[in-house]
Amino acid sequence: MPRDAVTIVLLYPELLGTYGDGGNALVLAQRLRWRERPADIVEVTAGEPVPESGQLYLMGGGEDGPQALAARELIASRALHRALDGGAALLAVCAGFQVVGHEFVGPEGEPHAGLGLLDCVTRRDSGARRVGEVVAEPDPSLGLPPLTGYENHQSVTALGPGVRPLGRVVVGAGNDTGDRSEGALAGRVVGTYLHGPVLARNPGLADHLLASVVGDLEPLDDVEAEALRKERLAAARRERK
Amino acid sequence: MAEVSRRVRAGGGSVIGGRLMLAIDPRALERLAAGQVVALVTGTNGKTTTTRLLTAAMSTQGPVTTNAAGANLVSGLVSALARHTPGAAAVLEVDEGLLRQAIAAAHPAVVLLLNLSRDQLDRTGEVRMHAERWRAALDGSQATHVVANVDDPLVTWAARASARVTWVGTGQRWRLDAASCPECGARILWGSPPADGWACSVCDLRRPDADVWLDDHTLVFADGLRLDIRLALPGWANRANAAMAAAGAVAAGADAEASVRAMADVADVAGRYQVVAVGGGVRARLLLAKNPAGWAEALDLLRPAPLPVVVGINARIQDGRDPSWLWDVPFERLRGRFVVATGERGRDLAVRLHYAEVEHEFVADELDAIRRAAATAPHGYGGAEVDVAANYSSFQQIRKAVGSGESREGQTGAA
Repeated sequence: MPRDAVTIVLLYPELLGTYGDGGNALVLAQRLRWRERPADIVEVTAGEPVPESGQLYLMGGGEDGPQALAARELIASRALHRALDGGAALLAVCAGFQVVGHEFVGPEGEPHAGLGLLDCVTRRDSGARRVGEVVAEPDPSLGLPPLTGYENHQSVTALGPGVRPLGRVVVGAGNDTGDRSEGALAGRVVGTYLHGPVLARNPGLADHLLASVVGDLEPLDDVEAEALRKERLAAARRERK
Repeated sequence: MAEVSRRVRAGGGSVIGGRLMLAIDPRALERLAAGQVVALVTGTNGKTTTTRLLTAAMSTQGPVTTNAAGANLVSGLVSALARHTPGAAAVLEVDEGLLRQAIAAAHPAVVLLLNLSRDQLDRTGEVRMHAERWRAALDGSQATHVVANVDDPLVTWAARASARVTWVGTGQRWRLDAASCPECGARILWGSPPADGWACSVCDLRRPDADVWLDDHTLVFADGLRLDIRLALPGWANRANAAMAAAGAVAAGADAEASVRAMADVADVAGRYQVVAVGGGVRARLLLAKNPAGWAEALDLLRPAPLPVVVGINARIQDGRDPSWLWDVPFERLRGRFVVATGERGRDLAVRLHYAEVEHEFVADELDAIRRAAATAPHGYGGAEVDVAANYSSFQQIRKAVGSGESREGQTGAA
């Protein structure tokens, strides 16, 4: 019997897609299709209703103005809140990560209300923009090899007791609030500053997200991703240490 | 001074001279530009080509000085103007981040604003910041005639503050960077492509009526004049560049018809579209693309399947250190042909092509990659000439490897 297609909802790619973030949706969809499971990518642009029946939701990086616009739409509709209550998973990257916390930095530098889906708060500090390769040791519960990605953000994010760090920074800045944390993890919700896109560089994290909504998955041939990971992990240690 | 610079190999004569002059006289740009008719060309994509086309168009009027090597930082402008012959006009490409400085010093008669899109994000910051700086630089200026691409909302918003504007309808298709209104942050609504207009959903920012527009291969002026655009350069993006250059030349007092005719023969712009020999009887046609908007155009220019293609990707400072943008490029269009991925970030590209389901192979060395592609060409297709698309420093590396053109190492920011 054919399985129902898994719906991957890419939220506001025109607002939150600065760092090739649409790539995360493609990686998830292809990794399902290559395992003979149909997958659909639904792109939702600003002003359109957010479907609540998706299994995976994705948000990416963006500039300050578009970031605030995305937050206003999602707070007004609460569609994403309901989808996650219904068991969906979320990957929120960079500006998207900031938006799903309690508070982030608005276009004029003012505190702006976030979605409150992750227990964290983002503020601007006087430090230089955090730019470069990152290596992080993922939370042991994930059972994954080191995370590799590229960060580029001005603000810093403090985690509350309701989340765990996605990883501990080995190279780079990450959340940069003094605890070496990178990103946040709470159930099926993952926030991170890593792009690359993060799921292209970390196929294990992609499969973790997929498994959280469709169950166990057989392995795929990731020989090219492995070659890229090896190169990037070495480059990160060389460039930022 | 040019002699000194030529002896200092790194600058190819065009930048080091300017740097020395600026060290001696920090106001060299202002001093050299005084009393000259200056036209500035800026934007994310098409600067070098449009500068070349505008130079050809304005040369119908008299001698023109230009920074043809694409050295578009202040030092490059200074050395171009230092070579200036009396009575010549100056057509200068300027980095999008330096427009304000260049306007303040050079008091240009004409400024061409081509487009603004994501490019080298880890280096230059946000796209909108450029639009704001452009707007501030042009605000209230009476002396400068602005030529602006009306199909780019960020460009339109930046130009709206100026007193004299020629609005050019280029039919630009790239929209990813103008989803929200630069004036008020609300959503921008788009008509159907191509160029059926756009408007903010809340405030009064909308596409102004064009004074000049591109209708496929015809340039149409609001007064009814229609001119065929026939270029040696391929593709829509270059016709859009020519439309901007023609409007710029007319703003500077040139004849429209003569300008368009003069642009027809421009063929090789700083190595773009140049065919080079790579040894073993194999030739490569070189295409340059620097960011997603540019790549979307470059993929359209490649000769069709089943010919193999080489794609070269680096991520040096001048390319932007983060090649995440590879996922914004529709590489799926290369399905059905063999792609050789090369360059310092060729492994990132290989993963991108894997997910795009494009048959490919990674070959680290650029020239080996070109020869490998040629060897895989199907029988009957010769394989003697391979299309090679590369981003900025990869493109320069390939040119250098085949001994074509100057090395532009050390000229960070020139593009």
